[in-house]
Amino acid sequence: MQTTLFTYQACTVDSYGLSCFSPASVPQLTNSPTLIVMVGLPARGKTYISKKLSRYLNWIGVPTKVFNLGQYRREAVQSYKNFEFFRPDNEEAMQIRRACATNALEDVVIYFSKEHGQVAVFDATNTTRERRISIVSFSKEKGYKVFFVESICDDPDIIAQNITEVKVSSPDYVNCDKDEAQADFLKRIECYKQTYVPLDDEKDRHLSYIKIFNVGSRYLVNRVQDHIQSRIVYYLMNIHVTPRSIFLSRHGESELNLLGRIGGDSGLSPRGHKYATALGGFIKGQHIKDLKVWTSHMKRTIQTAEHLGIPYEQWKALNEIDAGVCEELTYEDIQENHPEEFALRDQDKYRYRYPKGESYEDLVHRLEPVIMELERQENVLVVCHQAVMRCLLAYLLDKTADELPYLKCPLHTVLKLTPVAYGCRVEHICLNIEAVNTHRERPGNVDITRNPEEALKTIPDHF
Amino acid sequence: ICFSKPALPLCMTNCPTLIVTVGLPARGKTYISKKLTRYLNWIGVPTREFNVGQYRRECVKIYKSFEFFRPDNEEGLKIRQQCASAALNDVRQYLADKGGQVAVFDATNTTRERRGTITAFAEQNGFKVFFVESVCEDPEVIAENIVQVKLGSPDYTNCNTEEAMEDFKKRIKCYENSYETLDEVLDRDLSYIKIMDVGRRYLVNQVQDHIQSRIVYYLMNIHITPRSIYLCRHGESDLNVKGCIGGDSGLSPRGKEFANYLGQFIQSQEISDLKVWTSQMKRTIQTAEAVSVPYEQWKALNEIDAGVCEEMMYEEIQQHYPLEFAMRDQDKYRYRYPKGESYEDLVQRLEPVIMELERQENILVVCHQAIMRCLLAYFLDKTAEELPYLKCPLHTVLKLTPVAYGCKVESIYLNVDAVNTHRDRPEVGISTYSHTDTDFVADLVNIRGNLCYA
Repeated sequence: MQTTLFTYQACTVDSYGLSCFSPASVPQLTNSPTLIVMVGLPARGKTYISKKLSRYLNWIGVPTKVFNLGQYRREAVQSYKNFEFFRPDNEEAMQIRRACATNALEDVVIYFSKEHGQVAVFDATNTTRERRISIVSFSKEKGYKVFFVESICDDPDIIAQNITEVKVSSPDYVNCDKDEAQADFLKRIECYKQTYVPLDDEKDRHLSYIKIFNVGSRYLVNRVQDHIQSRIVYYLMNIHVTPRSIFLSRHGESELNLLGRIGGDSGLSPRGHKYATALGGFIKGQHIKDLKVWTSHMKRTIQTAEHLGIPYEQWKALNEIDAGVCEELTYEDIQENHPEEFALRDQDKYRYRYPKGESYEDLVHRLEPVIMELERQENVLVVCHQAVMRCLLAYLLDKTADELPYLKCPLHTVLKLTPVAYGCRVEHICLNIEAVNTHRERPGNVDITRNPEEALKTIPDHF
Repeated sequence: ICFSKPALPLCMTNCPTLIVTVGLPARGKTYISKKLTRYLNWIGVPTREFNVGQYRRECVKIYKSFEFFRPDNEEGLKIRQQCASAALNDVRQYLADKGGQVAVFDATNTTRERRGTITAFAEQNGFKVFFVESVCEDPEVIAENIVQVKLGSPDYTNCNTEEAMEDFKKRIKCYENSYETLDEVLDRDLSYIKIMDVGRRYLVNQVQDHIQSRIVYYLMNIHITPRSIYLCRHGESDLNVKGCIGGDSGLSPRGKEFANYLGQFIQSQEISDLKVWTSQMKRTIQTAEAVSVPYEQWKALNEIDAGVCEEMMYEEIQQHYPLEFAMRDQDKYRYRYPKGESYEDLVQRLEPVIMELERQENILVVCHQAIMRCLLAYFLDKTAEELPYLKCPLHTVLKLTPVAYGCKVESIYLNVDAVNTHRDRPEVGISTYSHTDTDFVADLVNIRGNLCYA
């Protein structure tokens, strides 16, 4: 087995001198922490954008956290009475709101300095120039970069829809009926309108910001400072709120699956073909409008898609994780021939890179363009592979790097994901065709010195 | 299957797209057109630019003065209209008959009327339209543009600098009065990006599809701040010396010497704020170590994966995989090593590197032969056919400095001997490869007749 020793710091080298925990495949490219500041009247999608952006940044490996001012306010003022709290002449409330903002920013400082955060999203209305100026000077003092994201919307239908989707069910309105809640919230918005000063072309020309008009039909982008801001702008310009569903499925059971072998490029087993046919039936039954179908370049996903009778597009980026020297081996083979590698993988399955292969972390980076295009699309069915599906699912369901490699993605099961409110509704549809189980849980003992039985305890059955 | 399909689904772009530039003269329209065309072609989207000024120069053989562009010059207007029509005709041919996917219509297009005509033309032919407007009022930037690209234009071959500058400024004035910028309200149904002050600010409206989204992203990442890009390979490696491809070996003694010389060379260049990038393979990292500047590693800069041929010598590949070896020579750009990659795959994985290279300023990239060929092809606008045969010898630094519409290239050989790893496209019947530093040609392969491939 090759031992590779490097003289740079970024690599994690264990006591055996094995550098299998790769440095991240992409350089960090972010030095100062970045404070993203949302701007906009209530019900303009600020929290939706904050949560989505934060999910995306965390997924690509940039530690990000949302600081929602409404939550701080709910903690300070235990029960919400009505919109009067938000009247601009309500001195007492103003004081409370200012104190909440201060607390939130203090937490931002802790997040950056003590918790290794890189991006903080300050989710509040920030509708006055005065408030924004104080945030800018706060950031300057601390050495944080500031990027404003303003959402402007004057379409009453969109606003009403937002209120229905996320406000009416908010903790603030737990004791109100829908109409009361709606009416009160509209009055709340009026309170802000009086003092709302949008980012100004002239006066704010030195600030870095993006203005989003009417849910993305138009954008104004000013002074993008660095790589992360450029990525944020690109992402924000690709997301949309048109209702749609994303269907995720693995290829049908393959010949190598049956033998308990990982990787390779084999065709479908007889049961796999059955699944592909069933999948075709299921998709037809869903009557999906304008469905796009994506596969990888590997035989088993292509054969699966062929049964659908719909044109499909192939992405190399959707190919299964490259297991390098372990390609086409069974777990028993791996334990016999590469026992240390096997243990190291169990120690940090996300970052572990197969010799001459890839890690889950590498997968995430090669899947990023797929995610970007998934965001742009509407109804899509992605026929892919176990590790790839885990990565996509982790993005869509906001799973951490630790959870990702152990997400359950069984064969012959379709996941239907439908964005709703701030998250995603998931439906598991098992198409009732038998298949082997390919899921291997993390075993109890991950030490290099463990014996083979301990290593092989959790491997699934195979022929 | 050894010839790769494009890594990105082609259906990303279904209707052809017509990109229409908008703006006064000397606002960077041609610069943007050429750069965008270069980028799109490199990522595999067949693109061509159509510069109306060129059509005008072909029509009116000799340019006299700015008077040609006066709005009351009836004859001038007629000719200019004809030229625009001729260009649009060629656009139609390119997109409808010649397999083009994107056409860039490079002209001032400063009136709403002209833009309306173009939109109608596009609609008739089933093309999508995307406008790219460049707005700039900074007199220094405009003067610099005039100096860099207008003074040397064929229009001004017989003028001195002052005359040319004066005339061109009057030319701009001819357009100013009738200039109707893209309007937020009046043009709200059009798809466009308005670039203001060379990229300080952008207005983006109604992006319709994937390719427009990529174009916007690209345009928002390019800049014109002067800088240089240094490209070089790692120092000679142990596997290089053996004549083997791929692998992850360390530097040979000569390779280490090169690394030291590279460090000295970089220091002598006194480059401000130099960034250094390497791959995640030993040989580039060891090379960068000697430069003593903090470096960042990209997995995407790793050498092409030769799959089953990793660490083999060309002679061994010929012995064990003669068919593969021949296939590769048939189409080196699209040929994918079994369980490995093709050059086409490389371009796909290098795209984020290129995007970030555009954002950066002074930068040194220490990489590998196939990688360097891909990067070079992007900067020097080389075709997919030329790319796999670009010469990127060991121990030589290429310094690329963007200038006018292209790139100045300086090749600096650091005087440390190394093996030659370049293999020319073989003529049918003979393959040439030399892996020692004595100059001999080995007759390795003898291909008879036509090979048909699966």
